[in-house]
Formats: sequence, C-alpha cells, structure tokens
Amino acid sequence: MKYWRKPLDADTIKVPHGKIYVVREQCKGCSFCVEYCPKDVLELSQEFNKKGYHPPIAVREEDCVSCGLCELICPDFAIYAELIEEGETTEETPKKTDKTEKAEV
Amino acid sequence: MTKPAAHLETAIVEQDTHPMADLLRMDRMPHIWCSGCGLGTGLTCFIMALKETGIPEDKVAVVSGIGCTGRVAGYLNLDSFHTTHGRGIPFATGLALANPDLRVVVYSGDGDLVAIGGNHFIHSARRNMDLLVICVNNFTYGMTGGQAGPTTPISAKASTAPYGSYDYPFNIPYLAIASGATYVARWTSLHMRRLKNSMREALPKKGFRVIEIICPCPTAFARKNRLGSGLDLMKHYHDNSIIKHGADPREADIDMNGKVVCGTFLDIERPTFRDFQTENIATQLGGE
Amino acid sequence: MGEERRVLTGEHFLTGDHACAEGGMAAGCMFFGGYPITPSTEIAERMSLRLPEVGGIFIQMEDEMASMNSILGAAWGGWKSMTCTSGPGFSLMMENLGLGIVLETPTVLVNIQRGGPSTGLPTLSGQADMMQAKWGSHGDYEVIALAPNSPQEIFDHTIKAFNLAEQYRTPVLVMSDESVGHMTEKVVIPPREELKLVPRNYTKKKPGEYLPFECGEDEIPEMVKAGDGYKIHITGLTHDKRGYPDISAEAQDWMVRHLMNKIQKNKKKIIEVEKINMDDAEVVVVSYGISSRVAHRGMDLARKTGVKVGMLRLITVWPFPDYMIKELAERVKAFVTVELNFGQIALEVERHVAGKAKCYLVPHAGGDAHKPEDIAEAIKEAAK
Ligand code: SF4
Ligand code: SF4
Ligand code: SF4
Repeated sequence: MKYWRKPLDADTIKVPHGKIYVVREQCKGCSFCVEYCPKDVLELSQEFNKKGYHPPIAVREEDCVSCGLCELICPDFAIYAELIEEGETTEETPKKTDKTEKAEV
Repeated sequence: MTKPAAHLETAIVEQDTHPMADLLRMDRMPHIWCSGCGLGTGLTCFIMALKETGIPEDKVAVVSGIGCTGRVAGYLNLDSFHTTHGRGIPFATGLALANPDLRVVVYSGDGDLVAIGGNHFIHSARRNMDLLVICVNNFTYGMTGGQAGPTTPISAKASTAPYGSYDYPFNIPYLAIASGATYVARWTSLHMRRLKNSMREALPKKGFRVIEIICPCPTAFARKNRLGSGLDLMKHYHDNSIIKHGADPREADIDMNGKVVCGTFLDIERPTFRDFQTENIATQLGGE
Repeated sequence: MGEERRVLTGEHFLTGDHACAEGGMAAGCMFFGGYPITPSTEIAERMSLRLPEVGGIFIQMEDEMASMNSILGAAWGGWKSMTCTSGPGFSLMMENLGLGIVLETPTVLVNIQRGGPSTGLPTLSGQADMMQAKWGSHGDYEVIALAPNSPQEIFDHTIKAFNLAEQYRTPVLVMSDESVGHMTEKVVIPPREELKLVPRNYTKKKPGEYLPFECGEDEIPEMVKAGDGYKIHITGLTHDKRGYPDISAEAQDWMVRHLMNKIQKNKKKIIEVEKINMDDAEVVVVSYGISSRVAHRGMDLARKTGVKVGMLRLITVWPFPDYMIKELAERVKAFVTVELNFGQIALEVERHVAGKAKCYLVPHAGGDAHKPEDIAEAIKEAAK
C-alpha cells in the first residue's frame, strides 16, 4: 500500500529496528530472503558455507524493520530477525516498498 | 551504497537459536529438501500458525504419507507419524478418533493425498472427519524424480510423460468441496502470511479442512519444464496468482501457464463424524 | 450404557464371527475400523452394534488399506483396536500389516479365511492364507498368528490375541476360517473378573528419556500414546531406537534382527499347542483350525484299526513350533499334515523334520472339509 499523503502522526511514529541472525550452515542459498526483504537489507555473500551455498549477509542492517518476512520465507530455517529497539523518527513513515507487496500478493 | 565489510557484521548463529527451534527436530537439520524448494516455507508458516493458536504442543499430532512432503512429520518436534504411501488420512482417522484431545494434522503431498490416497481423501471429507489436511501441490512426484502425478497440468512434461501429460488433473479445492470438506483454502508458498493465517484459522476448527499449498519443486517439476529456479517460480506465482475468496472452485483449475486462483473457497460448519457418535448414537442408546 | 455392557457373561449360542466380536469386546477393544467382506462381515456388524454401547467407535472405512491403518492410528491414540477381513481383503491389508510390524503397534487382525485365489469362494472355507500371514507383506519379519477351531475358541483366542499384542507390542493375527466363523455353538463368556487381560505396557520414563524402540534383553519396547508429551516420531522407514529414519545397512540389520528376535526369543512363551494321544504316537497328525476337527475324527478312525497315531494341534501357528517338530522327528515314524490348501504348514513341518521321518500331506482345495476317511487312510499309509 502506498500512502497518498503523510499520515498525521508521522512525526511520532515508532520505527521498529531489527538485528539479523543467520544460521550459516543451514542456508541453501535460494535467495528468497534477499529477493523479498522489503527493505533490501540482505545480499548473498561471496563466502561459501560447508555445503557450498552462499548464505545471506545483512548489508544494510540499519534498515531492517524486523518484519520477520525473511524468517517466514526461508525454507531452511536459516535466518531470523530480532527486534532490538523501536526508535522514534521524525522522518516520513517507513513506506512499504513495492517488494513488500510483491511478497504479499 | 558501498558494501560494508562483508559478513562480519551479520551475526552467525547456531541452529538451536532459531525462534522455531522448539518445534523442530533440530538434530535432523538441515533437512533433505532441495535449495529453493517451497516445502520449508510452508512449514515455517505452519509453525508460526501453530504458535499463534496457542494450542499446546503436546496436543497436536502430525501424520504424513510418503514423498518429499511426507518428510514433514519427521522434522516437526511434535508427536509425528510417517506412514505408508497415501495412508496418512486413515492412520490419522484412528488417531483422532481414539484421542479426541488431539488436533490431528495430515501433512502430505499431492501424489500421496489425491492419487494413491485419493480414496481416503474423498471418504474422509464425506465423513467430515476432524482432520486438517495440508496438501502441498508441486505438480509432480519430487522424491522419485519427477513423474507425472494427479495434479500435473495438461502438457507439462514429467519423467513418465515425456510427450507432456495428457490426463486431466485434479483441481484439489473442487475435489475437496465436492467430497464434503468444510474448510477449503489455497495459497502459494509466496503467500506466507495469508497461508499462515489460513492455517491459524483452520487449526482449531472441527471437521475436514483442506489447505492446498502451491509450491515450487525446482529440482523435478521446474527442471523438466524449464521453469527455472525456486525463486523464478515464486516470481511466477507473484505474477500469476489471483486472490478470490469464495471463488467457485470450478474456476480453480491450474493450467501450465494460466492463473492460480487462491483464497478461502469455503468455510462452513456441518456435523462431523464425531458429532454423530457422541450425539446421535449416544441419544439412541440412552433412550433405550 | 457403559462399561457394564462390555462383557456379556453367561452361556450363549453364537456364530464364530459373533464370538470373535465378543472376544474383542471382552478384551477391551475400543476401536474397530473395517470393510465388509464375506465371511467376516458379521464380526464388523456386531462390533458396529456393540462398541457404541461402551463408548468405543466403529467406523466402516473405504477399503482394507484404510481399515488396517485406522487401527494402527487408534492404537497410537491409546486405544485397543482391531479389524477383520477375508480373502482379497487380507491381501489388501498386507501393506499396512507391515507398517504395524515395523512401528511395533499392538493391534489385532482377524482373517476369516475363504477359498482363493482372487475372489475365489466368498462363502466357503479355506486355509490357504497361512503362508501369506507369515510372508505376505514385503520384507522380513515375524508374526504371531493363532488358529481357533470353534466359536468358543475364537472368543478365547481373540482375547489371547489382544494380550499377545500388548505383551509383544506387535499386531497379532487370528487366522480362522469360514467354517468356524459361520458355525453356531455354545460359547461361555466368563465373568469379567475372571478374564485375564494384559494392559498396555506404558513406559514410566519421562519425555526426553523415552525412546520408542529402545528395549532390553526381551526385545520388547515400551509404549506411549500420542498427546502425552513424548513428542515421538515413528516411521515406516528403517529407523533407529529413537524412531528416526536411518537408511543404512547397519540400521537395517539392527531393526530387522530386533523384529525377528522379539518373537523368536520369546517363542516358547508364545506358542501354545494341544497334544492328543501323543504318549505312544508313532504317527503325528499336524493340523489347526477347522481341519483339526476333521483330523481328530480321522485319527480316531485310524486308532480303531490299531495305528498308534496322535495329534499336534497348532493353536499358535506363527511363530511355528519348530522345536517341537524337531524333537518329535527324532522318535516318530511319520507326520501327516491336514489343512485346507495344497501344502503350506506341511512345508514348514517338512522343513523341520529334515528327512528324519516321513511327511505326508492330506491336501484340500477348500470349499468343503476333508473326509475323515481320507485322513484315516493317509494315517494308515504313513504308519506302514
Ligand atoms: S526482518 Fe524484514 S526487513 Fe529485516 S531483513 Fe528480514 S525481511 Fe528484511
Ligand atoms: S531464504 Fe534461507 S536458505 Fe534461502 S538464501 Fe535466505 S537464508 Fe539462505
Ligand atoms: S525434489 Fe522437488 S519437492 Fe522434493 S525436495 Fe526437491 S524441490 Fe522439493
């Protein structure tokens, strides 16, 4: 969904922030998490795990909103986010990107 | 944006820290499913849904048949039964009837549930047995290398259909509804939250409930039909699925390149097999 | 209505089929999943009437694969369960008899044998499923099978089958036949407190300590039921003691050996036979089920002509009392096997006699009983 205007309480909205954990050896490098993270937090790393797959890394972890989508979409129980804080922001409401909608067709 | 100094910033953790670890047999991970297979995604949705229902873990039993999906029973840290090919439903029938405190879930694949187990599926629906059937449909027999199955779309190739499959496939929601199921939904493995919500909604209900999950099988089905990776299939679902709650199930056929109608097709109540046992028979005997 | 209706203590005139159902009731059966098939249908019919009286469940399944699976599921749900079948239905149950054996599930399967192969003789007797009982499901395993020869005995044996199932954590077969199933005779049902019933051997271990296939010297694992917090996983795949699949030659060796040993090591406790006129016997008639009744008359006829003949009536057919045959083979002249087939248990007798005595078979294709005179002739021939 795209807001057509700024919500009235946008300047007091709490923005959740998450930390990403990767169970490196369990990942099979399918890139579901990378593709569907609504905040583009993840990329597949250049490193190999023992099974020869490239597990994801959080290249923009500061953008993670702890939405849990990576955990839900990962077929291998290899990634999850933990809510670390709900920081206040005066910026514009974090918009759901096209990708969020893509993942939630 | 420039790349930060690689993985050092991402926390690498052990498997038992995963939030779903309590409901999984982590000693059996990593699972046998291929990279990009959607089975694991459906399973995360199931675990989340189960947690959200608040049903105690020891009051849920999972029964599977044979096949890639049949391995679900072995990964869930619940009372779980991996039976013979197609026979999950009758095994679960005995289990559920003998132990009414249990929520019994049959979690299996399309070939298992509607080919070799098809007779059990329709009759259990007819009886409105208290079972939640989660049917993962990937249009093929994955574990044995991609043979044609009861849901293989017309013209799709399979190892036993090298010229394309030309027997008309089952439309699972239509089959379930025609047979008497009381809750019928279909989602793709890309509809994680909706799938999870359906599971959460269906888990505590009574009667015969069916949730079909359209799921990528990159190794067997996709390879034979040049459909690409698991991710390509997820994108395909994104582009080709339509959500239509209450849709006429007759419109829910799946063609090789056509639309996939998703949603909750049916959610009704009618007396279950157990209702008949506990009410009707008991009344007759009590009245003697 | 309630448990007071469970045991119909008293003297009754019952068909074998009805006596079988009453045996199941008396043994504590709570669940019957079945599919009608002649000549076993009357067992299902009576259970459909009787089980609801005690709060149990009868369900008519869609086929025999479903029936067999439903009783396995019910057993893991915590109930004593049974099914019955005949002819082609027995073939269809073979798939999941194997599952029951590999999951080590206590349950009871009754086969009221009719003439085969295929649809064969739906309403007439046969005993040609005896080898199928032992070998009919694929793979290597041991079973327990009983062969009652009267309505009273099918009542008693059904209770015994439930007890053995619990004692050895395995499916037990009652291999009766149409003649016994359909004959009406006096059946005495004892008072409830005189029935000796074996309760399920539930583990006392706590979740986390219990492994579903762990066992001691006796090879018999303890049982749990779903819903008690043990979070068991059990599979028809070759598995380890935890129940986890283990696709290896080592796991296969452990599991199959264990399944065989569980019965073989305990067979002297399991096996029951009836010995008639055996003290001076030079010829031994081996028979079971309905055939044993005719064989008894054949033996009496032969005795009148002076032949020292006795009978070993098999009450337990599987495990086979090989040690008894071996021991007898050392001292008797001949064995005469009487059964309604062209030689099934006769092969087993011959195998254990191992050339030490003569072996005869009085065959019969089924559909009728032997003539006692034919049996007497065979005995006289064997005594020569
Ligand atoms: S929790 Fe959400 S925002 Fe954070 S990495 Fe995962 S998918 Fe992206
Ligand atoms: S979704 Fe899971 S398996 Fe796939 S790349 Fe991401 S972490 Fe790895
Ligand atoms: S063969 Fe197909 S269904 Fe089976 S695990 Fe692989 S991708 Fe999944």
